[in-house]
Amino acid sequence: MRIEADLGKCDGLGMCEAMAPDFFEVGDEGTVVVLDERPGEDHRQDLAAAVDACPVLALKLRD
Amino acid sequence: MTFVVVGASLAGLRAVESARRTGYRGRIVLIGAEDHLPYDRPPLSKAFLDVDGPGEVEPFRSEAVLRDELGVELILGAPAENLDTAAREVAVGGTAIPYDALVIATGATARRLPGARALRTAEDAVAVRAALDRGTRIVVIGAGFIGSEVASAARKRGLPVTIVEASPVPLARAVGEVAGAALAGLHHVAGTELRLAAEVTGVADGGVRLATGEVLPADLVVAGIGALPATGWLEGCGLTLHERDRGVVCDATLAAGPPGVYAAGDVAHVANPLFDGEPMRLEHWTNAAEQGAAAARHALDPASARALEPVPYFWSDWYGHRIQFVGTQHADEVVAQGATTLYRRGDRVVGALTVDRPREIMKYRRRIAARAPWSEALAFAGAA
Repeated sequence: MRIEADLGKCDGLGMCEAMAPDFFEVGDEGTVVVLDERPGEDHRQDLAAAVDACPVLALKLRD
Repeated sequence: MTFVVVGASLAGLRAVESARRTGYRGRIVLIGAEDHLPYDRPPLSKAFLDVDGPGEVEPFRSEAVLRDELGVELILGAPAENLDTAAREVAVGGTAIPYDALVIATGATARRLPGARALRTAEDAVAVRAALDRGTRIVVIGAGFIGSEVASAARKRGLPVTIVEASPVPLARAVGEVAGAALAGLHHVAGTELRLAAEVTGVADGGVRLATGEVLPADLVVAGIGALPATGWLEGCGLTLHERDRGVVCDATLAAGPPGVYAAGDVAHVANPLFDGEPMRLEHWTNAAEQGAAAARHALDPASARALEPVPYFWSDWYGHRIQFVGTQHADEVVAQGATTLYRRGDRVVGALTVDRPREIMKYRRRIAARAPWSEALAFAGAA
């Protein structure tokens, strides 16, 4: 599983960090930093919640 | 089996998407009062108003995706007229649509002042954007978040703008007086004239008339004076509507009472176990998304229903500054520390507001969700 963050869309609102803080953090510049781009399958539920929670639809999960 | 969702904005969209994701294969009907596919509202008072903003309001999903991929029957431009919880029917356009499960997500309607524009719908945004393009003199009534964002858009174009606010401190109900007063300072720095404790007696040709007799000249008047739950169609149907604003009163699972009936988003008053059961009606993007998805799951499988404990979150962009708030402002003590304001209830941190601290805000949200002690939030603020 791979996390794709579209930094052109990202507005740094941080909902991904709220849902899955081990994988996302908003940086001081106000865009997301993906902490681990290839997470294990057992994190799928939290990551899907992060994707859904993004107010600008900047995140995708790819298998 | 028929799943009916009334309200075709974010909460309603998330409800139908969530229904399909849970594996539900039955009929879905999505009813919307506006003649638009579901679209995103926060940008309407932000990027949409910019000189180089998008000229059109794009829907979240195309009609083809909604109809063909999600299998949703769309009834748009048609407000629901009645709910019969005994017969389990929603009336719309003179037709009764039977339901087995129902999500009420009709949202809120902007309070409007005669002669003034609100900013709630796509049409409102197009009109305000066009007025800004013409280089209009603008007066904003109400120094809340929407009004402040409109003022910000005007200043970004170098246009003069005045905000008229009835309260002595803006945003006191949303963020408390300490933070409200601090945020007012952003208007002054940006050159927006802010008239506090000012009473508007009317909007007439050419301007806004104040109780003092003064008339503030304006080509466009925007009223950002709040929104009320769109529940006129539910009066007398047996649901409990809130005594103050007529929102739908729900339990913490979003159940509205009658079998199969749930509510989500701006329309719903929900007791929040995270804050001592404080009843909350939130007009926030994240709340609509989360409740919409949960209400669908619960309506389709009531046995799976569980109490939600959301941490409210909203953001606003003024003059290039990012304002973010998490939690509740109903606190025993409020402490301002630089660009951060913290809210204490008992020995817990229950709220945090930051200005231009995008890296920090979710650290507070996590602590609020975990019922973390006040001392921990203060220590983080000191170290951050």
